[in-house]
Amino acid sequence: MSRDASLSRDEALRGDRTIASARNVASTKPSVGSGWDRPADLTKDPAIVPQLAETPVPEHLRVEIEGYMARYPERRSAVIPALHAAQRVHGWCSPEAMRQVAAVMRVTPAYLSSIASFYDMLNEEPVGRHAIYVCTSVACHLSDAKRVFDAIAEAGADLEDTQIREFECLGACDMAPMASVDGRYIGPLDVSDAHEIIAAVREGRAPLPGRGLEDSDQRVPDRGGA
Amino acid sequence: MSGNVVRLLEHLDEPGLAEIDTYERLGGYRALRKALFEMDSESILAELKGSGLRGRGGAGFSMGMKAGFMPQGTMDKYLCCNADESEPGTFNNRVLMQRNPHLLIEGIVIGAVAAGANKAFIYIRGEYELQAGILERAVAEAYDKGFLGEDILGSEHSVSLVVHRGAGAYICGEESALLDSLEGKRGNPRLKPPFPANRGLYQGPTLINNVETLCNVPAIITNGADWFKQLGTEKSAGTKVVSVSGSVQRPGNYEVVLGTPVREIIYGLAGGPPEGRTVKAFFPGGSSAPVLTGDDLDLTYDFETMAEAGSMLGSGAIIVIDDSQPLVPLALRLAQFYRHESCGKCTPCREGTNWTVKMLERIDAGEATPMDLEIMAQVQTNIIGNCLCVLGDSMAMPIGSMIAKFRDEFERHIEQARERNEAALAEPLGAGELAASGFSGPA
Repeated sequence: MSRDASLSRDEALRGDRTIASARNVASTKPSVGSGWDRPADLTKDPAIVPQLAETPVPEHLRVEIEGYMARYPERRSAVIPALHAAQRVHGWCSPEAMRQVAAVMRVTPAYLSSIASFYDMLNEEPVGRHAIYVCTSVACHLSDAKRVFDAIAEAGADLEDTQIREFECLGACDMAPMASVDGRYIGPLDVSDAHEIIAAVREGRAPLPGRGLEDSDQRVPDRGGA
Repeated sequence: MSGNVVRLLEHLDEPGLAEIDTYERLGGYRALRKALFEMDSESILAELKGSGLRGRGGAGFSMGMKAGFMPQGTMDKYLCCNADESEPGTFNNRVLMQRNPHLLIEGIVIGAVAAGANKAFIYIRGEYELQAGILERAVAEAYDKGFLGEDILGSEHSVSLVVHRGAGAYICGEESALLDSLEGKRGNPRLKPPFPANRGLYQGPTLINNVETLCNVPAIITNGADWFKQLGTEKSAGTKVVSVSGSVQRPGNYEVVLGTPVREIIYGLAGGPPEGRTVKAFFPGGSSAPVLTGDDLDLTYDFETMAEAGSMLGSGAIIVIDDSQPLVPLALRLAQFYRHESCGKCTPCREGTNWTVKMLERIDAGEATPMDLEIMAQVQTNIIGNCLCVLGDSMAMPIGSMIAKFRDEFERHIEQARERNEAALAEPLGAGELAASGFSGPA
C-alpha cells in the first residue's frame, strides 16, 4: 500500500491535510528538476489506475475534473487543469491528490506524476498553498531583481504555508522588477516593498493595492507613457 | 517614415473594451460577418497571403501560406492560438489579450474558417491568470452572441473555442511541444516532419498562430491586403507591437511600423537609457535573439534587416542593456533560464545549457582562463542545429554573440575576478574568517 494509507477518509474528503513543515524553498538559483536524484521506491506496489468507487474524492473536485474532461476531444487533455484543481484543494499535488485525479481521469498516478514534475506551477512537494513568484529573469535582472527577491525571501522567512521562489520571465518586463503573488502581478518593486508584501500575505489581503497589473496597463504610445 | 502608429492598439484605452457590447459598438465582429457572408475560405486565404502578414511569434513565416498548408477534407481540423508568451522580455500578447480579448477571438474564428478548422484552442501560459480569466469571460460572451459554436450566425460554419491554461513551461511555446502539452503530455517537442498542418493536435491537421498574428486578421479582412501593406517594408508588411524593457526610461508596449529605425524605438518611444548612460547592447527579438550593439541603433526594425545583421526580430521584444550593466552576470542569468527550461529530450541542449551555466559560473567566480571562452563558444556551436527544437539554439546564439562581440569584456571580467581572488588569498585569514568560510580543518 502507499505511504498515505494512514490518511483517514474524512481527511481525504476535506482535502485540507496539514501542510507539514511547508517552509518556503528560497532557492538561490533556479532549481533543476526536483526529485532527480531520488531512487525509486521498489517496495511499493505497482501503481494501477485507482478505482473511483474505492477512492474518496471530494464531490466538487470530481465534478470540476469531469467538466474539464468534457471540454476536450480526448479526456487526457484535461490533466493540467485537473491537477491545478486538485492542487487548489489539497495545497499541493500530494499522493492523495494524485490518486483522486487518477481515479476520476482513469490514468495511473505515475502518469500524473510525469506531468506534475514537468511543470513549474505544479508542486509535488508541500511547498505551501500560497505562491510568491519573484521574476529574476533577463529584463528583471537588469533592474536588480535579485535584491528584491532576497529581501522578500528574508522578510517572509517565517511565513507559513507560502512558497517564495525565483521565477523565470513572467511576461511583465514593463513593470520590472516584479512579482506574482497568488497570480496577481505587482510592480515595479523595490527592496523596501518586501515587508508590506509579506505583511499583506500574512493578513490575507492583496499586497500593494494600486500597483497591480490590473490597475494600470497603460503605456500605449502617445498616451502619456510611464 | 513615422514610427508610431495605432492599428492593433487602437481603442485599447476604451473603457470596457473587453466586453462584447463595447467591442461591437467600435466595429468589432464586422470583419467576421464579412468573412462569413461575403467571402469563402479561398478568398480569405488569398487576402491573408496577399497581405504579407508574417507570424509575430518568432519564426516570421507567412500566415496565409501556413493556413494554406491545411489539407482539404471533412475531418476534424484544429486551430491553436499560441498564447504561451514566455520569451524573456516579451509582453505584447499579454496587453492584447487583457485589453482586447474579442479582437483575438474574432481573428481566431476568421482564421479557423480560412483553414477549415472546426475546433480552436487558446493555449495561454498558466501565469497569466488575469488574462486567462478575461479571455474565458469573453469566449462565453462570444458563444452567447453566436460568434462561436455551431452554425455561426447561420453561416453553417462551426468553431468551438477552449481557453487552455498551461502550468509554467517555456518550452510549451514551441509549437509541437504546445501540441503535446495540450494533449495532456509533458511538453516535449516532436520530430518534424510531419508538420502540424498534416499531423498536429490529436494527429489531425492543425494551424498554430501567435496571438498578435491572429489579432491582425480582422483588420486585413475589413480593409484588404493592400491596406495592410501600405505600412511596413516590402518583406515586412504592417505594424508590430514591440515590448521594450531593460535599461530604458519608459518600458512598455509600442506599436511601430516595421522598418522604423531601432534608435527611434529605444530613444524616441521608450525614452532611452537612464540619464548619462548609453546603449551597450540590446536583444532585438527577445532573449533568444543574438545581441546587437550600440553601433546597430540605426538599423531598421524589420524581419530582413535584423536577419542581415545576424540577429532576428523574434518575438518583437527589445531588451536594452546600458553601459553600466556587466555582461557576464547577465549571460549567466540567461543561460540559467535555458538550463531550467530545457525539456531534457535532446542531449546537446540538456547538456550544453548545463555546461554553459557551469562555465559562466567559473568565469564569474574568477576560476576561468580566456581559453574557457573558446571552449564555451565551441559548446554553443555544437548545440546549434543539433536538436529537435530551437531552445538550445536560443541560448547558444545570444551567448555566442556576446562572446564574439564583447570578448574583451569577458576577458577583463576573468582577469579582474582572478586578481580579486589572489588578493584575498594573499591576506592571511583570521580565525573568525576561517570559521565563516566553513573551513573546519582536516577531518
